[in-house]
Amino acid sequence: MNEQPRRRDTRLFPRPLDIANGRVDMTHGGGGRAMAQLVSEIFGQAFDNEFLSQGNDMAVMPPADGRLVMSTDGYVISPLFFPGGDIGSLAVHGTINDVAMSGATPLYLSASFIIEEGLPLADLRRIVLSMADASRAAGVPIVTGDTKVVERGKADGVFISTAGVGVLADGLEIGGDRIQEGDAILVSGSIGDHGIAILSKRENLDFETAIESDSAPLHRMIRAMVEAEPEIHCLRDPTRGGLAATLNELANQSGVGLVLEEEALPIKPAVRGACELLGIDPLGVANEGKLLAFCPKDKAEALLAVMQAAPFGSDAAIIGHVVADPLKLVRLETSFGSERVVEWLNGEQLPRIC
Amino acid sequence: MKYATEFRDGKLARKIAAAIDAECTPDRSYTFMEFCGGHTHTIARYGLEEMLPKSIRLVHGPGCPVCVLPVGRVDSAIELARDHGVILCSYGDMMRVPGSHRMSLLRAKAAGADIRMVWSTLDALKIARENPDREVAFLAIGFETTTPPTAMALKIAKAERLTNFSIFCNHVLTPAAMRAILDGESLPLQGIIGPGHVSAVIGIEPYQEFADRGQAIVVAGFEPLDLLQAILMLTRQVNEGRPRVENAYVRALPAVGNPKAREVIAETLQLRGAFEWRGLGRLPDSALRVADDYADFDAELKFQLPYRAVPDPKSCACADVVRGLKRPEQCPLFGRTCTPDEPIGSCMVSSEGGCAAHWLYGRHRNKAAA
Ligand code: SF4
Repeated sequence: MNEQPRRRDTRLFPRPLDIANGRVDMTHGGGGRAMAQLVSEIFGQAFDNEFLSQGNDMAVMPPADGRLVMSTDGYVISPLFFPGGDIGSLAVHGTINDVAMSGATPLYLSASFIIEEGLPLADLRRIVLSMADASRAAGVPIVTGDTKVVERGKADGVFISTAGVGVLADGLEIGGDRIQEGDAILVSGSIGDHGIAILSKRENLDFETAIESDSAPLHRMIRAMVEAEPEIHCLRDPTRGGLAATLNELANQSGVGLVLEEEALPIKPAVRGACELLGIDPLGVANEGKLLAFCPKDKAEALLAVMQAAPFGSDAAIIGHVVADPLKLVRLETSFGSERVVEWLNGEQLPRIC
Repeated sequence: MKYATEFRDGKLARKIAAAIDAECTPDRSYTFMEFCGGHTHTIARYGLEEMLPKSIRLVHGPGCPVCVLPVGRVDSAIELARDHGVILCSYGDMMRVPGSHRMSLLRAKAAGADIRMVWSTLDALKIARENPDREVAFLAIGFETTTPPTAMALKIAKAERLTNFSIFCNHVLTPAAMRAILDGESLPLQGIIGPGHVSAVIGIEPYQEFADRGQAIVVAGFEPLDLLQAILMLTRQVNEGRPRVENAYVRALPAVGNPKAREVIAETLQLRGAFEWRGLGRLPDSALRVADDYADFDAELKFQLPYRAVPDPKSCACADVVRGLKRPEQCPLFGRTCTPDEPIGSCMVSSEGGCAAHWLYGRHRNKAAA
């Protein structure tokens, strides 16, 4: 954080929050003084901006020039802290990305916290500061929020729900139903990093090379992409269920077949190794800072160059193409020289035991 | 993992496939069983069947641990967690296997049972240590490969005098299943691909009896090239008319297996009189239970779990699929009511199950198109 935190109001709250040893208790959600202090000393100080300091239950924003885009998402990740991020930064990046996938520029975020009684205040502050940092770095302020506390056992540390509002320039028509036969398929970087980072942390798998989540805001890359190539047909972030789920969804939505080349898929060696070990398919593993783009084949190379020059896009690659297919299948041409169908994987991928 | 990719070289694969083609006598047909679900998975994932000449037919065997576990055993596991207040630790594969009344461990967990997915028996021991006031049971399944970790857990639990830890043992034996296949309805089998990791424990000697019965046996690893190599070796054996046990898994396999691991198993586990397998029925000396010396750690005794045989769901063809008598797409439920999202039979659960492997990689579609 670069700004000076606001000074604590000693008349209202004579003793500071015991951040080092304290824990969230039911009074912090009770609407009384304890809650006001929590909001002021943890959230207010971290998120501080002109909209929040209006001090109301809502934020009033200036008119925007273009179509409004809105998205919301809930974050319930366990563990709360993982290599490469935490639930706070994830809640900021995820919603910024959801808004941006329409081609829009994200403008504002809201954040709502459901906190489990007993969460250490130090953890809460660490999460909130990380959200504040993520929101500042992305240039998208958190303009309104809410806090609730629930009894121990009714949540898992903290759940965060964020909503985002953005503005979409006229002329841009990007959507999952617009993919066309002959389009190229691009991905903005290595796949499977987030899911494997979480899995290895959750299961205490100590891999030699630390695998970090790819959680990142992609709106700046998208801005550069739509400015360079307004003819992009579709953008989508392959989060839960990985590329396999997202590509199947899109094939159905647009009524086309998709063909991937295994050799072209960017996968970090450490992620590939972990997937081997765990017996899971990197195509089914979650990403949090990647996007898939579809554009006419003759524009693909130019678009790729824009992505590779943008933040978080250095490993972008063209990974396949779109074909006509009444079965709407996603197929993979394996490096082995054979072909297989890439099916939707059901739920969380489970490790094979032998 | 450069090591693994070297065994997936497509050019080399086509070379071996060409060698197999050259080896095949045109008017002859070759039927081989890949025993192990891991092999089934590799074959489906890499489309190996499409690379082979028409005269070679591969049939899936029963070597998928969750596929051969009968409904009654799944019910017992659910009962353990639901009715005895036990923390049940299970490998991920078991979570979605359907028991009676469309119940599964996953659904029992959603309904409040304390079921934890673990990656190793060590995790289960840890949970037992951390919850001294709760009973913790580990649902042990699998062939010889997964048996040593279970045996080790028993040793550790005894050494630490953990009184709240037990094992619900469902370990089964590869040679017993092979025997049942060869004794059973006559598949025109000429050869069997043996699972390399099982031999890493038991060695290759236990397969000699099958060679003596005229089967070509090649023990192989799990990469696509390993399997193609094994098929080439089997084809040669058949052509030479000299069935024997060969090892194509040399890079990880001493012929004697792992005597140390077998010692620990012999100390902590012992043969059951009989065990019901899905598809194969009750087979004598085909499975392990917790040894008498370790009886305090036997969940079946501790919680007095009776075994109740339960018939498979109606029109489910799992029993035929695990014996290689039917191909997955010949089951009337395949892809209709039975899919990985809503499995009816156990072969649709783990990606090593014949049905799930076919479904997952779309191999049934190729057949439909052909
Ligand atoms: S499709 Fe389902 S019910 Fe039929 S054999 Fe396969 S797993 Fe069993």
